[in-house]
Amino acid sequence: MKKLHISLSVVLPGQEEVRKIEINKSVMAYNDERAAELRSLFEAHGLFVINVLSSPGSGKTEFLARTLDELPLRSGVVVGDLSTDNDARRLRGKAQERPVVQIMTHGICHLEAEMVARALTPLSLDELDLLVVENVGNLVCPAGYDLGESYRVVLLSVTEGEDKPLKYPKMFKTANAVVINKIDLADAVGFDRQAALDSIHKVIPNAPIFEVSAKTGQGMDRWYDHLARLLAKS
Amino acid sequence: MHEAGLMMRILELCAAEAAREGAARIKTIALRIGPLSGVEPAALEFAFLALKQGTVAEEAHLEIERVPLVARCAMCDRSFETENRYGVALCPICGEPTAEILSGSEFEISHLEVEQ
Repeated sequence: MKKLHISLSVVLPGQEEVRKIEINKSVMAYNDERAAELRSLFEAHGLFVINVLSSPGSGKTEFLARTLDELPLRSGVVVGDLSTDNDARRLRGKAQERPVVQIMTHGICHLEAEMVARALTPLSLDELDLLVVENVGNLVCPAGYDLGESYRVVLLSVTEGEDKPLKYPKMFKTANAVVINKIDLADAVGFDRQAALDSIHKVIPNAPIFEVSAKTGQGMDRWYDHLARLLAKS
Repeated sequence: MHEAGLMMRILELCAAEAAREGAARIKTIALRIGPLSGVEPAALEFAFLALKQGTVAEEAHLEIERVPLVARCAMCDRSFETENRYGVALCPICGEPTAEILSGSEFEISHLEVEQ
């Protein structure tokens, strides 16, 4: 009898060979790597970079426009918005002399390190002391995206409710400093100052807190002193 | 957080890993998520069901391991697990603001299961 030489490959439904691949990588790793590159770039240029975050309408642009107008610094701005370049025009300064790059995210609710990297092209980093990144107004998504900044400032305004930090702990937890804006409206809206300070402390006990009105200039001096100290150290 | 955008990124990363390993299909995507990640697992699962269609992960299922929030206080030199969603601002044992987070911020792809 002739021997048959055959080979069998049996594949039963649902019993294909399944292999495991270990990954163990953060979903944010790509952004984190890009942010680390940016941080080295900023350090190489001796540039201090602030990432400014808040809900829409807390007064980030007003706060920054006044800060940059009143401080004798060589500053540049990268500003993110879903659409329009209105904020960029406000931040350019009275003589429209300040370099401002507007990132229009077209619906993306935060800035990523890669977007900031691309926005740097028109800026001469060596000619700047301070770069401000005004993030998209949102207290949720931007919290997780490192932009390579040196310092992170989170704003809330008296019209938003004293418990904002408790509602968005992740954002406030990442802040290096917290600004309470629109204090000129505090009485009109029945703002409970102590409740607001308590909620900030509950989330981030050691952060410096600045109570200001970017509109009237009240309280801005303390912030300027703080910023000047940070720049002197960097 | 915007779970749909994050899920798109996860599917891209997983597809790239599967391609590198020469796998034809992804059967399982396993994630590790902590309470301080800012990611809502239910929203992520919903986004997964919608976005996996037409990808190499079309037949995959999502496994989510929830990582506990663990912190350590340098003042009293103790570690503790907590439900505190404010991110452990104060040590519950000595009350000092010295608690440092050891785990709970994770948002990671831990592993895949693939077939050829």
